[in-house]
Amino acid sequence: MSVVEQAAGAAGASGRVGLDRQSVTGLVFGLLGVALIAGVAPAISGTSRKFNFEPPPDPAGIGFHPPTWVISIGVLLLLTAVLGFAPPEVRGWAGPARLLSAVALIPLVLVLSLALSDNPSTNVINLFNESLVLATPLALGATTGLWCERSGIINIGIEGTMLAGAGIGYMAYATIGDAQSTGWLWFSILVSVLAGGLVASLLAVLSIRFGVNQIVAGVVINLFALGLTGFLRSEVIVKTGITTGVGTSEFGLPLLAEIPVIGDQMFRGKPIYWMMYLVVIGTWLVMFRTPWGLRVRSCGENPHAAETLGVNVVRIRYQSVILGGLIAGLAGAWFSMESQTRFEDNMTNAAGFIALAALIFGKWTPWGAFGGALLFGFSRALGTRLQFLGVEVSGFEIPSEFLQALPFAVTLVVVAGAVGRSVPPAAAGQPFHRSK
Amino acid sequence: MNGARSPNAGISRAAGQVHRLLTEAWRLQPLYVSLYAILLSFVVGGVLISIIGVNPFAAYWALSRGMVGGGDEIAGSVARSVPFIGSALALAFAFRAGLFNIGAEGQLLAGGVTAAYVGALSWMSDLPGIAAIPLILIAGTLGGAIWGGIPGVLRTKTGAHEVISTIMLNSLVLFGVRWMVNSRDPVVLRDTESTVPRTDPISDTAVLPELAASQPVLHVGLFALLGVCFVVAFVLNRTTFGFEVGTVGLNPHASHYAGINVNRVIVIAMAASGAFAGLAAASEVSGTNGAFQPGTFFLMGFDGIAIALLARTNPVAIIAAALVWGSMLSGAPLMQQEADVSIDVVRIIQALVLLFVAADAIVRYLFRVRESAQSPFQATSIEGAV
Repeated sequence: MSVVEQAAGAAGASGRVGLDRQSVTGLVFGLLGVALIAGVAPAISGTSRKFNFEPPPDPAGIGFHPPTWVISIGVLLLLTAVLGFAPPEVRGWAGPARLLSAVALIPLVLVLSLALSDNPSTNVINLFNESLVLATPLALGATTGLWCERSGIINIGIEGTMLAGAGIGYMAYATIGDAQSTGWLWFSILVSVLAGGLVASLLAVLSIRFGVNQIVAGVVINLFALGLTGFLRSEVIVKTGITTGVGTSEFGLPLLAEIPVIGDQMFRGKPIYWMMYLVVIGTWLVMFRTPWGLRVRSCGENPHAAETLGVNVVRIRYQSVILGGLIAGLAGAWFSMESQTRFEDNMTNAAGFIALAALIFGKWTPWGAFGGALLFGFSRALGTRLQFLGVEVSGFEIPSEFLQALPFAVTLVVVAGAVGRSVPPAAAGQPFHRSK
Repeated sequence: MNGARSPNAGISRAAGQVHRLLTEAWRLQPLYVSLYAILLSFVVGGVLISIIGVNPFAAYWALSRGMVGGGDEIAGSVARSVPFIGSALALAFAFRAGLFNIGAEGQLLAGGVTAAYVGALSWMSDLPGIAAIPLILIAGTLGGAIWGGIPGVLRTKTGAHEVISTIMLNSLVLFGVRWMVNSRDPVVLRDTESTVPRTDPISDTAVLPELAASQPVLHVGLFALLGVCFVVAFVLNRTTFGFEVGTVGLNPHASHYAGINVNRVIVIAMAASGAFAGLAAASEVSGTNGAFQPGTFFLMGFDGIAIALLARTNPVAIIAAALVWGSMLSGAPLMQQEADVSIDVVRIIQALVLLFVAADAIVRYLFRVRESAQSPFQATSIEGAV
């Protein structure tokens, strides 16, 4: 946080009067609750709908009456609002109630989408699985950002690091393994990971060794990766003639995939998807449960204090940025060797920025970032599902662009502090110079 | 930077010779780093070109003929550079106020779509050009200014950092305009007769007069943006507000104690910054494309960062830096045609230019350039922002 920001913050705080954040959130929930009960519930179709848990032939599921559900969620939101202004004895419940209401917005969206379409039922388990799969690069990218920013280096080059991983990995796969052999596929995924690490080490050298403004360093990475992968695609990949091939294949987790109804849908997946969970859990363990993780975090909060205690700030920052890069490289491999088996120019398509948004939305914590990635994955999956269902609001389809823009709108609201303020690590963005 | 007797000492010595030659021949002190950064990037690019088996001199010869090989090429290069002047000004002005506006990308889109909307209004065709043209330019400028002003307001009211909020606003406006130009049901701004997603063509009266029928067309928008550069130079160097902007950029605390309204400066600087991007987009819509197509603005805002740093945030030097930038892009197709080198090489070279300009320690080390005391671009100008 810079001096400008502190100055601006101080000036802003003194000028602000009236409602605090909690009451504003409560008020928004209250208004939404009233709108749901009085406006939406009577307007939507009263015919019964069904959430399926498995694919079509005679699926298990739960049927429901949309207006009843909408009214129930509306009442929940209203109660939350009321609790916010309740006497102090019961106000302790207001926090959990707000959380519950926020979570209830997801079933609300599902109920409304189904009620507004002509389809009587849709498979929700499958929708959740799609959300998780689409969250893979976002969660990995957000973890990249987490490692960098927690150690004090702002990384807006996640997008470029992923793109470089995707392009260089696929190039290796196409030139060595003809994009067909499983052995070379794994080798190429490793190449992607290393390419990500290499690109991140450029970021590290620029921002740590040369003290370049970290935002500029990130932009260098993004522009460079875009040019480099475009160059490699037209000069190498296209010339091999192997523009598509065999990607990673699905497998089921032992025992879990045997669970009736949901097992086959939720516990079958491709390897990088499963690795994403390992990376997130590993990141949490290492960053919050080991001495090295504590050192990383201390470098992001107060590097000079860390140095006084004998932490080698420069080395820790190099290590965390490069570790982050390796993770971003894996995310790149997801694009070119798991989700699809080809490389296209600018294939990551702003996923790195969504990952950054997820990180900020998750307040720079591993589980928060993962939650953000999930939410944004869900909004992507929902966008496709809404088009499939043909959901219409007063005669118009909901544009998929709206759902794609949602992560950015939500994050902007969070950053502006309307709902639970998100504050970055204190030393993120500040170049560190060893004490003489 | 010590322990200099490394393997590249030979290169370094040769570079030192070049440097001495330049020092004695011309007085280019403030430009060294930028010039060497460009030189170095072309050298690295040349290595890349020779790796794929093409003679780099042949490729660069084709590139330079594509840039300045004839009247049409020169006009095309200038035309390609015009919008970059605006996007670089957007960055430079914010840098001066200690702000990092990476939202020029979005401000261009906001300005462009506003200009296209106003330009295609049915009553625009009844207006004479003398009224319609300023109107479309003002519309674009306002669109950009509003989109640029939002992060400024968020910064002062909530403390949300402008880097984060502009990244979010970039994507928001990108999806917004994509929807506007793609959607057929309902039709928002899409030209339903066109096969590519773009807005309705603007009225003939709102089209900026053409200067040369090059590819892309060189139009009067050039003068609008050149004029803005000089106005900004005047404002920054000769007015109280410009002084306030510079002071806030150097030290907001001191500015606050000196009685400068820091919040006001931040909001105005961000809005002005967006306005320059918006003007650039409006001139593109009105002079070059005749309609708004989101893809044409891809990376223009991020390139603005490189150009602004190449020009050391000096508004007049931006003109030269933008010319270098635009003409490289404009010359690249000929290089691809004749030397069979992918145009992405130019993008790599440009990324390297940004890299070397930002990490000027590399350039100073290789070419033995001393840190000049009166460098207009001191660490403060952007370090304060983040």
